[in-house]
Amino acid sequence: MTLSRDIAPNSPADMALSRRGFLISVSAAGATFSLSGPAEAAEGYAPTIWYSIDKAGKVTVNIIRAEMGQHVGTAIARIVADELEADWSKVTFEHVDSDPKWGLMVTGGSWSVWQSYPLYSQAAAAGRIALVKAGAKLLGAPATACVARNGAVWAGKTSVSYGEIVAKGDLAQQSSAADLAKMPIKTPGDRKLIGKPAPARDIPGKTDGKGVYGLDAKVPGMVYARPKLPPTRYGSTVASIDETAAKAVPGYIRAIALEDPSNTVPGWVMVYADSFVAADRATQALKVTWTTPPEAKTSEADLQARARELIADASKGGLVVADPGVDAAFAAAKTTLEQTYTTSTALHFQMEPVNALAFEKDGRFEIHTGNQWQSLVLPWLAQALGRKEDSIVLRTYLLGGGFGRRLNGDYAVGAALASKAIGGKPVKMVLTRADDSRFDSPRSPSVQVVKMAWGEAGRVTAMDHAACAGWPTEAMAPFFMPKGENGVAYDPFAISGANHWYNVGAQRVRAIGNDLANKTFRPGWLRSVGPGWTNWALESFMDEAAEKAGVDPLAFRLKMLDASGRNAGAAPTAVGGAKRQAAVLQRVAIKAGWGKPLPKNTGLGLATTFGQERDMPTWVACAARVHVDPASGVVRVEKLTLVADAGTIVSPDGALAQMQGASLWGLSLALFEGTSFVNGQVKDTNLNSYTPLRMADVPDLDIEFMPSTEPPVGLGEPATTVVGPAIGNAIYRAVGARVRDLPIRPAAVKAAMKA
Amino acid sequence: MTTFKLNGREVTVRGPDDAPLLWTIRDEAGLTGTKFGCGIGQCGACTVHIDGQAVRSCVTPTSLVAGKAVTTIEGLGGSHPLQKAWIETQAPQCGYCQSGQIMQAAALLKATPHPSDAEIDAAMNGNLCRCMAYVRIKQAIKLAAGPAAPVKAKVKA
Repeated sequence: MTLSRDIAPNSPADMALSRRGFLISVSAAGATFSLSGPAEAAEGYAPTIWYSIDKAGKVTVNIIRAEMGQHVGTAIARIVADELEADWSKVTFEHVDSDPKWGLMVTGGSWSVWQSYPLYSQAAAAGRIALVKAGAKLLGAPATACVARNGAVWAGKTSVSYGEIVAKGDLAQQSSAADLAKMPIKTPGDRKLIGKPAPARDIPGKTDGKGVYGLDAKVPGMVYARPKLPPTRYGSTVASIDETAAKAVPGYIRAIALEDPSNTVPGWVMVYADSFVAADRATQALKVTWTTPPEAKTSEADLQARARELIADASKGGLVVADPGVDAAFAAAKTTLEQTYTTSTALHFQMEPVNALAFEKDGRFEIHTGNQWQSLVLPWLAQALGRKEDSIVLRTYLLGGGFGRRLNGDYAVGAALASKAIGGKPVKMVLTRADDSRFDSPRSPSVQVVKMAWGEAGRVTAMDHAACAGWPTEAMAPFFMPKGENGVAYDPFAISGANHWYNVGAQRVRAIGNDLANKTFRPGWLRSVGPGWTNWALESFMDEAAEKAGVDPLAFRLKMLDASGRNAGAAPTAVGGAKRQAAVLQRVAIKAGWGKPLPKNTGLGLATTFGQERDMPTWVACAARVHVDPASGVVRVEKLTLVADAGTIVSPDGALAQMQGASLWGLSLALFEGTSFVNGQVKDTNLNSYTPLRMADVPDLDIEFMPSTEPPVGLGEPATTVVGPAIGNAIYRAVGARVRDLPIRPAAVKAAMKA
Repeated sequence: MTTFKLNGREVTVRGPDDAPLLWTIRDEAGLTGTKFGCGIGQCGACTVHIDGQAVRSCVTPTSLVAGKAVTTIEGLGGSHPLQKAWIETQAPQCGYCQSGQIMQAAALLKATPHPSDAEIDAAMNGNLCRCMAYVRIKQAIKLAAGPAAPVKAKVKA
């Protein structure tokens, strides 16, 4: 399931979206155009809402995606410029504010380029064709004798620039939605910008302090605020507030318990002051007591115990894959294997703590902040503020890291209510690092049980994968939950990865929501979401199963990646199916020297993934070479080799950067990160005890992309989820220790060596 | 009240003496290139120079810089070799930590013009990059440093 492409127009999901004021932006490429129609360009030509050309020939591309490190504006603008035959030096882009005309505004799922590519290409093709037609008239030549090239229309040796055409030409004709959907897009051989390196336009401002992030937003007369956070995410109510000590802090203004009809920030007490320093100190000094729900006692062990209990009950959860014959295959099996895998709570820890500036102006509420899912938070804001969505606007800023944290716009609600509570005056609300960690939407802890059955002659006959975790989509966007084969709704993002491309005979995939997790905290979408745990279990299990079967783990996987049946793949973006996954795996094995002898206590481990969703597969394989110190159990990753097939690579250098960052995220989550719930809150709230990867721990990285002319897919996340299991498998091959809990701690490695 | 030099200009700020320098720079002096990350001096996003030394401004009381020279990313000029190298290598992703990374690296190169890999790791390990753009940060530092002077030449000099 994806946000857009799987939702057929007029399906119940579509209607649910419409009711909430969401618009499908991509699925029906034409839908957005038919909704909005051509935009008015003040001094130029705007064939669609996605870009305009002014009389000087300057092209401005409208970007609805948040910039959080992926250089997305440059990538999308180059898609337009290539198809439009624009002069790249005259192309700029704008990260736009929220507006219903943009449709669904979300930056996540590694979807941006994948979704934008057909949409912006078709829009640009329409513009190019119109410019050629109008340019031909100006040149007095038949349109068929004219071509567009580098910002001008040419008839033989004479030309007219796009700027001149916009100024003088007849560009009245507009394309209909249906026309746009049929627009011919360049063939790969004709591309001039896509796939070619180009400096990202956002980078200079990130080297001189000029880039403006949410934290940097300011307006005259604003006051500062820090929330005094309740003991639990939900269900705590303010019993009393004692301002005595806070009043002694110079600059303190007041404290207000927020009223939140949307229940996004229940129990928050906003502390106002004339500077952030004063707000911070007054918050520490302020004494608040809350009445708390039972979840104020929840521990990590409670969460895991509840997950085990739910998994053990076969009636629980939604069946994502439910082939007939699974139970029969297990009953008739010659051999079976069952293993349980767990992962701990993990934090986003984006470097810019969440913050927002909010105020009312001219009857409209403005929220200035970095955000990944404007369309999700606008209805919350409307409910919280008691006003219509069309009287609220989210202004766009750079994000000091997203990684999924800013898909949850709860902080915008806190700031908006803080402003409303003092008559709409501007309030800049900033959370401290510890606040941010405590009220992160962390990656839920998980428990998974994976089973495999073998029949005659070592043939794999069935597989059963059950995963239980807190469900972010249930907590924040339940209208995106499809129904399973058994009619039970499930969080698609929390189980993706388990519905893999291996042919394993009769297959069952069961997704179970951890109700205690969802009561205790607000589970988040963290970079790659479900595959962060499902692929840990799946790819660790594949090595264990290969050993059980007495087969080399590479050969074991390749045999099942035979691209038959439902794993054959289909257009538009899954052409080739499992064949492409097998190819990246084979390639990584060759590059990393699979099968060659290694020094003592050193091992090479493999893992692979298709990314997140089956209809947008990004094929990735990883080989991790690790050294294990048998005395301490300390694991040192020496090298990570990764191969990705992401179809057409729009921005080669940006793609490489995403692979570098995502693979190191995978390493960090595998060895260095992880926290636990204690009394309803995460135990680790700052860098004194939460310890993401630092420079000195970076291994050698060898990253390669498969050449491809298939449509582009996403690269922001997939590499995150192959590294952990590749390391786990490498540890086993180095010292014979099988670890099944993430993060991998030295003590666990030592314990497994003894076992 | 504290008076100090900020990027070469004398400024007097009125906030409390014990206010962290970070917030004085951001909210009183209005220079927002220096970032707030952890507030306990362990992420490095707030790194500035005090009399040429890299320090964590989030744990530095403002009064401590009285009479001293503070340099922030804005004071680096925009065409510092490190800033050019950061662009050349396309090092930043989200960019939020990069002011601090660059200030930390600038102090490193001043003290050690041609650092080894180990010296770079040691100097930069206190600067967290959550996007994990470490490979390029290291490349950029090496690019800015240029090749080390040959050992022979050093001996002759």
